[in-house]
Amino acid sequence: MSKTESKPKKAVSRVKKKDEGLVPIFVMGKRYDVPDTLTIQKALEYAGYQLVRGCGCRGGICGACGTVYRFPDSYRVEVGLACQTVVKPDMYIAQIPFFPGNKAVYDIENLDPTGATVAALYPEIFKCVGCGTCTRSCPMDIDVLNYVSKAIQGDIAAVAEGSFDCVMCGLCAARCPAEEVQYNFAILARRLYARHLAPKAVHLVQAVANVENGKYDQALEELKKLSTEDLAKIYKSLEHEPDMADEAWTPKEKIQIYED
Amino acid sequence: MPYTPELNELIKNVEKTRPARVERKRKGEEFPAMSLQERKDILKFHPDFKEEGRSEIKVGPNTGYRIANEMVSLIHAKSRLDPDAVDLNKVDFETDVLVVGGGGAGASAALLARENGAKVLIATKLRLGDANTVMAEGGIQAATKYKKDSPYYHYLDAMGGGHFKNDPDLVKTLVLEAPKVMAWLEKQGTMFSKFDDGLLKAMHGGGTSRKRMHYAGDITGAEIMRTLRDEVKNHPEDIDVLEFTTAVELLLDENGACTGAVLYNLETEEYFIVRAKATILATGGSGRLHIQDFMTTNHYGATGDGLILGYRAGVPLKFLHTVQYHPTGAVFPEQAEGLLITEKFRGAGAHVLNVDGEQFVFEREPRDVESSAIIRECLERGKGVPTPTGKMGVWLDSPMIDILQGEGTVRKEFPGKWILFKRYGIDITKEPMLIYPTLHYQNGGLEIKPNSETRVPGLYAAGEVSGGIHGENRLMGNSLLDVVVFGRIAGCAAADYIKTGAEAGKPTLDHVRAYHKALEEAGISVDNRVAPMILPDYSNPEVRKKQLTTAYHGTLR
Repeated sequence: MSKTESKPKKAVSRVKKKDEGLVPIFVMGKRYDVPDTLTIQKALEYAGYQLVRGCGCRGGICGACGTVYRFPDSYRVEVGLACQTVVKPDMYIAQIPFFPGNKAVYDIENLDPTGATVAALYPEIFKCVGCGTCTRSCPMDIDVLNYVSKAIQGDIAAVAEGSFDCVMCGLCAARCPAEEVQYNFAILARRLYARHLAPKAVHLVQAVANVENGKYDQALEELKKLSTEDLAKIYKSLEHEPDMADEAWTPKEKIQIYED
Repeated sequence: MPYTPELNELIKNVEKTRPARVERKRKGEEFPAMSLQERKDILKFHPDFKEEGRSEIKVGPNTGYRIANEMVSLIHAKSRLDPDAVDLNKVDFETDVLVVGGGGAGASAALLARENGAKVLIATKLRLGDANTVMAEGGIQAATKYKKDSPYYHYLDAMGGGHFKNDPDLVKTLVLEAPKVMAWLEKQGTMFSKFDDGLLKAMHGGGTSRKRMHYAGDITGAEIMRTLRDEVKNHPEDIDVLEFTTAVELLLDENGACTGAVLYNLETEEYFIVRAKATILATGGSGRLHIQDFMTTNHYGATGDGLILGYRAGVPLKFLHTVQYHPTGAVFPEQAEGLLITEKFRGAGAHVLNVDGEQFVFEREPRDVESSAIIRECLERGKGVPTPTGKMGVWLDSPMIDILQGEGTVRKEFPGKWILFKRYGIDITKEPMLIYPTLHYQNGGLEIKPNSETRVPGLYAAGEVSGGIHGENRLMGNSLLDVVVFGRIAGCAAADYIKTGAEAGKPTLDHVRAYHKALEEAGISVDNRVAPMILPDYSNPEVRKKQLTTAYHGTLR
């Protein structure tokens, strides 16, 4: 399509379609008129696409629908998840449903939870030029550059916390001039943190030991044998932990609960 | 878009009643929970009880069983394949274990099959990890708390939630495996929300007697899924992944044992033959069938494919007559319609309110009861809140949470929902959310035993595709648990099955021929209906009318 053809006739198109609530968008340069209440994803479907790539949960959490767009009167490249971003007139849209990113292979159990581990598996982190394009490219509003610098400093916990909302859509990596794959070293950091640095759930060890010793097998076998009526009777009489109870709450009836 | 002036006016009713309601909550005074009889009575408002929404299955092991029309329509459809056109001698892939589906169950199954010595091939129709698992927000149930809980209570809650219809052996397995699953996930490096001493944070869910819903912010499923996906990718030598490629038919040998599947590459449209010593169906649920035109919280790929594959191979269906409608799906703004608003909001204290700002139901009834009460309030009592698109909803009073538990709680515990609504110009720490029940979960599915095996030797099923664990109604937090528990079990069981040296015979599609014949004999006109569906079609019908190519003529379709 030539430049003249694809150039949006903004004023004209808006006036012409205003009554119908339709606005022009340009999907990979090609014009479609779509309702202005739709998300980019639904607008593509309205235009006639049946999506295979670039569509997942349709709810902003799976990261399948990373999308870049631009307006003709702006130099900026903008980003969003197609399922979350509402169309605007004259958007030039391209989806980036997949962007190749190297992923290190590792045995999480036997890694040191240190910056050196991240640096050894992803040495390119030091190539960061601090431009901040990653932060501007994040549809989840994560301060990506901040966690990249924390990774360089070796602060695993800060990378884990700072990247927690990441949906791994890959837009940061797609736009990074230093060719980093931020979301992959972020998940490494989160796993290192949760596996090796976060305090262990000691009560889990006790619970597992109780279960493995078969402590509840007998009681469960007895419940299994009960008639629906008898089971319902026990169920209805169960004591309920109050909503506002704190961790110290214990039931009055102390049968079949985890004990020493 | 932010709330309209009309809705803002109605929000004032909520604000008016809020101080007194907060006060009652502080004192532990709750809206009375329903008795078992009241629960039973209100369920007549549940979509499951709408007779015109169901029809009878006329072929296969469940002939005579009445389930949702949308499901029956797929069961009464032909294979995508002409069995005579497939050359089963040309094998494209050989593996020990074929896992169909790349969600929480599939990933868990692959990891455990591998750990037990098997080579694994995962075939998944979208990307690895694109599944309902990522969308499970609220949490994962497991009895882990000292001096207050145990699998005994978890069992009772799960049975009560399922109206005591659940398969007791499956529930026993579920609750006993739960603490082990939590320990396994913690070991994989899943970032659960914890106190400083390592104690796992926990909340109530609908129908729980103890706070045992563990969570990772409000993205519990996403956190579990991305961790498991990362781990699957750490074993490229043992686990191969085929994305955008899914199973369209199982292969059975002359003894009726499963010997693999026919896969379909969604992009090149090729079919592939896989020979596998064991096959695990982990294809998930079916919300995208939009039963009774309900909106859904489900993933794009939730089209019930595994039900069709398993059923044609002879595995019976259980509990498919019940479908779970999540009480709280967004109905405003339009762009967010159907989106899940996690039950954790109610677990954290948010009330459910009608147009007058009054409570009409305890906010933590089991899901089917809660949904029925909301439907009754809107359709029967006329106390719903009208939306600009002509729908009805009720309020979920999220601002109560910050008042009860301290400012910043909503932002901290529900970061995903906070940012989502902020984008629409709605501040859920100050304004309530407008919600209505939304199609959420396939309570039933393929019959399995506690070791995940089906009646077909060599065929296993795990996760939402299976039926029996949740009876007629699943409790919140038991599905994330279910996918990991039974995914792991299926992986182990499949690896063990291979070790018994069961020799797979010659692969055939005879069961598909027989199924086609049965459809014909039952006088079912299949027209051009094929199943599995694989993906829904949301493309514009007006555009489709103009897609006039008859197919495969010339150089372009």
